[in-house]
Amino acid sequence: MFSRATLVALSAVLVVGGAIQLMGQNAAASLLVLSRDGRRALPLTVSGSQEMVGLDDLATMFQLTFREDRDALTVSYKGRNVVLTPDQSMASVAGRLITLPAPPTRIANRWMVPVDFISRALLPIYDQRLELRRPSRLLIVGDLRVPRVTIRQEQIGTGARVTVESTPRANTTVSQDTTQRLSVKFEADVIDVALPAGQSPGLIQGYRVLDNTTIAIELGPRYGSFRALTQVADANARTVIDVLSNQTDTAPPPPTTTQVEPPPSELPSIVSAPPAFRTLVIDAGHGGDDLGAKGAAGTTEKDVTLAVARRLKGAIEARLGLRVLMTRDDDRTVPASDRTAMANNSKADMFISLHANASFRDSVAGATVFVAAFDADQLSADKVTTERLPAVGGGMRDIELVPWNLAQIRHKDQSEAFATFIVDALRDHVPLAPRAIDHAPLRVLESANMPAVLVEVGYLSNPAQEKQIAGNDFQTTLVQGVVDAIVRYRDAIAPAEGAAR
Amino acid sequence: MTRRSLLVTAGTCAVLSVVVLIVLLAMQRKAVQPALPTAAAAAPSPVSAAPAPQGRKIKAQLFYVSDDGMRLVGVERDVPYAETAVDQAREILNAQVAPAAAPLVSAVPAGTVVRALFLTDGGQAYVDLSRDVVTAHPGGSLNEMLTIYTIVHALTFNLPAVTAVQLLVDGKEVDTLVGHVDLRRPLSKNVRLAID
Repeated sequence: MFSRATLVALSAVLVVGGAIQLMGQNAAASLLVLSRDGRRALPLTVSGSQEMVGLDDLATMFQLTFREDRDALTVSYKGRNVVLTPDQSMASVAGRLITLPAPPTRIANRWMVPVDFISRALLPIYDQRLELRRPSRLLIVGDLRVPRVTIRQEQIGTGARVTVESTPRANTTVSQDTTQRLSVKFEADVIDVALPAGQSPGLIQGYRVLDNTTIAIELGPRYGSFRALTQVADANARTVIDVLSNQTDTAPPPPTTTQVEPPPSELPSIVSAPPAFRTLVIDAGHGGDDLGAKGAAGTTEKDVTLAVARRLKGAIEARLGLRVLMTRDDDRTVPASDRTAMANNSKADMFISLHANASFRDSVAGATVFVAAFDADQLSADKVTTERLPAVGGGMRDIELVPWNLAQIRHKDQSEAFATFIVDALRDHVPLAPRAIDHAPLRVLESANMPAVLVEVGYLSNPAQEKQIAGNDFQTTLVQGVVDAIVRYRDAIAPAEGAAR
Repeated sequence: MTRRSLLVTAGTCAVLSVVVLIVLLAMQRKAVQPALPTAAAAAPSPVSAAPAPQGRKIKAQLFYVSDDGMRLVGVERDVPYAETAVDQAREILNAQVAPAAAPLVSAVPAGTVVRALFLTDGGQAYVDLSRDVVTAHPGGSLNEMLTIYTIVHALTFNLPAVTAVQLLVDGKEVDTLVGHVDLRRPLSKNVRLAID
């Protein structure tokens, strides 16, 4: 995707924090233009209440030709024209009329046009994406990923909560670099961020930009630990980082239900989870407009999966004290990619997708646990390759490359083991389909970067099963079985896997 | 004056572009029609299983839901013979998506038609189905698999030249049909789902 030279150029030139500061010093004087070729400044001139840009500067930067006739200014790009008339706010853009907030004006012997010329006139004739972000004084050219990042800080008990949002969404990784620093890394080419001034005395000393895509949270002597949770929506991603104090005189109030770990007193007799197995993502299949399968009596798959998912979450939290996230906790449409992305982003140790089945023959009944299936050529394509790439700040680093859409391949044995445990736990308690463990190229499992299974709880097309599945007893028994399987899996597999990680 | 000249220029441009557009569209239609023979043009849905005028037939295996509901069963049927692989594939699929006579149960929802079909030199078939395959689908991962592999098997079992099939819906690539099976790539035969 990137040529090495471009990467080096970007690394060397684009430091957004620096860029913002640079722009701050000379706020009205330029736009920062970001492209694959690097960073350039586009000078602005204020005329009246308008920020104006020189047509000559635009022509140089965007390879435009600019011609001045007796009563028209023509800007051309690859055979497409913008025709401007001096003292007129209207322009013809490839034959269509548009308006500008001010007419072209001659200043110091140069033709100047309002900055909006870029988005209203240049964009329609240009062959690359042009995104003008006036608040952050950025002009993004081409397919660079430049999410806007906002950071909010609030006090929670003796700790602090830092909420980091990116739009368009960028995957975020939070890690502790040193005892004095947490780093928040974004999957992007460069980030468009305004750092907060907020501090939390002794706990968070401040924020700064480490490189193009990383922000540092500077920690103070009161720092004890942190936990981070990422929620992904269609357009944006939000990461909530709870920075906890080492002085626990006042316990922080429970943040949101999805990230509370029950206090030790509530933990049952089961030993607390080893560090390798902490987070589960439960995926209630379908939702919103997507009803899924539907029984003759009107039971919908989306309702069954949500009901079972809620019960399962409650049971896991109560019995095991693990962190449980849900891909949806209400009746809404969630794309398959978002479901897996949530599990991957939150570094979940297990992904369980819940579904209810349907058959063309209404006699079919019983639960099935699915594991992802891959073709032989996909399995051979999964050779993990290593590539040396320039690291930010100089030097080279070996990066392991795995096809993202086949991430499940590395976990298929663990997924298979977990599926076996579930079927063992359900046998004699819940009806099982003739082929209780099955394999299929299921979309939601393939890119999951952790052990993952899809549980079809039974058949809504079977009238007796429809009634059973919607009932309390069945759901409780099923959830009990899955929780038993998680305990068995965790005790049998997770420590070994944790050591290998 | 200048505003008037600008408006005249813009008006002329608009009229010209409409004319150019009409000409281009006409040219495009001419160019595209023979390249993209739709199912409707090639053979009008269920009737296609009826004898063709020239009467030459081949035996093809079509796939239907087994009695236990868990698999697909191959059933031998006469299908009109076609000269080229792509036409033969289309004949087979038209017969496959046609409503099944009892006691056979088809896993392809009623009303589904094959909009277009392409074969690549690499042995991949791209089958574009009408949206009915989604809207009339009863849901469930088992049913979804049976629907998908009915199409995959109808081509891969009958035409040695086809090794994998990718389904499109209304001309577009889809993530899944009804929420389970990954359709972003061509799928090859699933022998476990097929019994003779």
